[in-house]
Amino acid sequence: MEPRGGLPAWGAAAIVAVTLLLSWLLLPGGHDTSGDGAKVADQFPNDEFPSTYKPLASKPTLIKNATILTGTDQEIAHGSILIENGKITAVGTDLQPPADVRVIDGSGKFVTPGIIDIHSHLGVYPSPSNEATQDGNEATKPATPEVRSENSVWPQDPGFSRALAGGVTALEILPGSANLIGGRSVVLKNVPSVTTQGMKFPGAPYDLKMACGENPKRVYGEKGGPQTQMGNIAGYRAAFQKAREYREKWRKYWKAKKAGKPGDEPDRDIGLETLALVLDKVIPVQMHCYRGDQMATMIDVSKEFGFRIAAFHHATEAYKVADLLKKNDTCAVMWADWWGFKMEAYDAIPEGIAMVDHAGACAMIHSDDPLGVQRLNQEVAIAMAAGRRMGYPITRAHAVEWMTRNPAKALGILDKVGTLEKGKMADVVLWDGDPFSVYTHAEKVFIDGALLYDRKDPRLSPRSDFELGQEENDHTGGAGQ
Amino acid sequence: MNRITLLATISALALSAAALAQPVNTPAKPASVTAAPLPPGPTPILIRHGHIYTVGAAGTLSDGDVLIENGKITAVGPNLVTPPTARVIDAGGKPVTPGLMASYTQLGIVEVELVSETNDNGPGQDLSAFDSDDDTASGAAEEKIASSAFDVVDAINPTSTLIPIARLGGVTRALTAPAVGRGVFYGHGAIIDLGKGPDLVEKTKAGMVVSLSPPGDNRGQPSRPLLWAKFREMMDDAREYLAQRAGYHRPGGARDQRPASIDLDALEPVIHGREPLIVHVDRASDIRQVVQYGRANNIRIIILGGEEAWKVASDLAAAQVPVIVDAEQNLPGSFSTIGATLANAARLDAAGVTVIFQPQSDEPAHYARTLAQIAGNAVANGMPWDHALAAITRKPAEVWGIADRYGTLEVGKDADVVVWDGDPLEVTSAPKAVFIKGVAMPLVSRQTMLRDRYKNLNDKSKPFAYR
Repeated sequence: MEPRGGLPAWGAAAIVAVTLLLSWLLLPGGHDTSGDGAKVADQFPNDEFPSTYKPLASKPTLIKNATILTGTDQEIAHGSILIENGKITAVGTDLQPPADVRVIDGSGKFVTPGIIDIHSHLGVYPSPSNEATQDGNEATKPATPEVRSENSVWPQDPGFSRALAGGVTALEILPGSANLIGGRSVVLKNVPSVTTQGMKFPGAPYDLKMACGENPKRVYGEKGGPQTQMGNIAGYRAAFQKAREYREKWRKYWKAKKAGKPGDEPDRDIGLETLALVLDKVIPVQMHCYRGDQMATMIDVSKEFGFRIAAFHHATEAYKVADLLKKNDTCAVMWADWWGFKMEAYDAIPEGIAMVDHAGACAMIHSDDPLGVQRLNQEVAIAMAAGRRMGYPITRAHAVEWMTRNPAKALGILDKVGTLEKGKMADVVLWDGDPFSVYTHAEKVFIDGALLYDRKDPRLSPRSDFELGQEENDHTGGAGQ
Repeated sequence: MNRITLLATISALALSAAALAQPVNTPAKPASVTAAPLPPGPTPILIRHGHIYTVGAAGTLSDGDVLIENGKITAVGPNLVTPPTARVIDAGGKPVTPGLMASYTQLGIVEVELVSETNDNGPGQDLSAFDSDDDTASGAAEEKIASSAFDVVDAINPTSTLIPIARLGGVTRALTAPAVGRGVFYGHGAIIDLGKGPDLVEKTKAGMVVSLSPPGDNRGQPSRPLLWAKFREMMDDAREYLAQRAGYHRPGGARDQRPASIDLDALEPVIHGREPLIVHVDRASDIRQVVQYGRANNIRIIILGGEEAWKVASDLAAAQVPVIVDAEQNLPGSFSTIGATLANAARLDAAGVTVIFQPQSDEPAHYARTLAQIAGNAVANGMPWDHALAAITRKPAEVWGIADRYGTLEVGKDADVVVWDGDPLEVTSAPKAVFIKGVAMPLVSRQTMLRDRYKNLNDKSKPFAYR
């Protein structure tokens, strides 16, 4: 609700109270089945592959005397962080260790929130890459809202453990960008698991992956289209118009059912169901879009249909429209220095993240790459240094948000992770030096308080089934490689 | 255009040409690091108070000077006497290194990877489809087995926007070479400098690119025995051809003209030991086989990629075969790279193998500026810092045969010099000044111009196109 001027605080409180009471009276079970306002979110299932993730066993841990970058624009010198029962229970400078707590001396070391990579294809384009493992693009037609990346993820991708050694504790795995509408993405905890459900971040919303620009044109230009950028835009609009009609059909059905005259139940369409959830803002859109002008057009399309674009990904030209992004509360997901591999990436600059951030919009790093995901701290360092060289006073405490807080915000999980604050999941990285140095390694990585990786302990270096028994694997493989 | 304006234009052009031809004689004064390029004229340049990494016999000077005259380094040492006409640049204790050299890039031959008109890193899809060797799987367009006559010097564009961007990473020299696809022979690479041109080519036929590694994620790819059979056949054909070149073309001569004689001619410097084979292989067994072939046939080998090279480090050291490494590759991206590890460079180096670095190898054109980061990651994973710096300066100069003029800060070498604002291998560092053959390069690129155009979004006084 937008704050309105002139209303006294008690008045606002009263309105809220009455609204809540009315909602409770009108919506038995919390479901609005009253007719046109019906939320499909509450009618359609939205959790068919439920998370079975359970945090691994952990012991209470105090890291003391470290430099802590909290992800809330704070750098605490000689700081301590207490982890209990998988949660962060205290962050400060003079914490006293409770009894039976493991104490880790962080002298000369740094602590940050776990890194979150908002754009990864680990598991869907895994290592090894061959014709059997290309599960990221359902490039059979330009709109495939019915597919879900979680159904393609191979949990044995050795890339997950390499990312863990880079301090990455959560990732969003997206379908590729061949399609205008690529399907649902999924947020995973970066924990070893035999099943994908065992990695699923509990309570993280789904997103819908959509793609602007060259890729859909290249894939479908000679396969019935779209062949042009205008064809791309027409494709999104056609799909969402169908979804609107689909939602309307169901709303009518529910309304009639409530009135005791249900008639025939409409046919179920799994893809349109996903798009209807997008229209109801239950599922936000993660939009692959390089060019600034195309971002502006997509913002208009989102307004026409009422969906929410959480972030533009690979937003190499976001720096040209950072004011527009800020105004529309849309994040920009960027690389530090990738550029030029295709026409729409020709104008990327290393200062992009810093410039978007400076304009007050939400900026962040991403990898889109199984090597880059291992060094997101270095990528942020490159972006930070580029910004400083153009005169922006960017602190480490601020830059760390580009790989922790901001991706958590864009994924809708900032209430759970992304910063080092009391009550959050203890997804925490201890670095053996300044994380923005090329020479620094993640030394210990905790997920929900459990120590999942320790650079100094080979027993705490997860190794996927694929790597087992390969020759000389005692010299390679596992997270620490 | 009327006669008078035409004349005026001509004389204006003549005047500006005359102005350019004037000898530059600037009085001694501290120069801005973003100064316009000066021709390598008689004006000496003195870089003072640097932390000088000579990468040569003199080692490191904690407070030293470098004197540049006529494009060459003429003195290196503490407290050099300032020539009266010198431009003086105070490094303020910051690191000074030789300009960096990237081994295996596509600088100058690719502008936008996916825009075919700007991509000269291979024969081009249409030609290869037209001229395909159909011994491999039928149907889809196949690349030819041999494009050995391909030579990057026909394509190098000195005005590519990638070159100033690479310079901003401290890179002043590079091997630019063909991309590896689905054939065996890909053609000649060249050594270039990253100066203002117009001629960037430092050395032609610097290496013949070959791949003997199955290309990975495509169906119907050639198998190892096929690649090797084609490789040996081609090399044997070249030897036979060179021995009886005249007879080869005669009707009813040695054999049909297949492979094409231009592709056999292109292998002459390889057969005669003047040009190395740059062989892309990753799997340890493949590397060993390539090393053995080189020994048995007296062919100079440089391994490209070599993700499992650490496993055969002693073979490589014994055969004195260098390896071009991307130190960030640590994934079993294929069954040829099961043993990939971040420790590859350090282990090879410790075993006495010559390691030189390529920038991030996924995109060999645009990521040249990541070269120092690659070296830094090798250090993070066990390689001594000074060896890593040598692997992007002196070592590649030796491997590519230009060590007589480049690679160290020593008297007589070309003045490729970089003044850094911090540790040159650190990701937060950048050059404060870059000299190539004694010419101060402007620290400006298309990217810095885009940055400057858009840095004030709130300024609505005029459209961006006028900024």
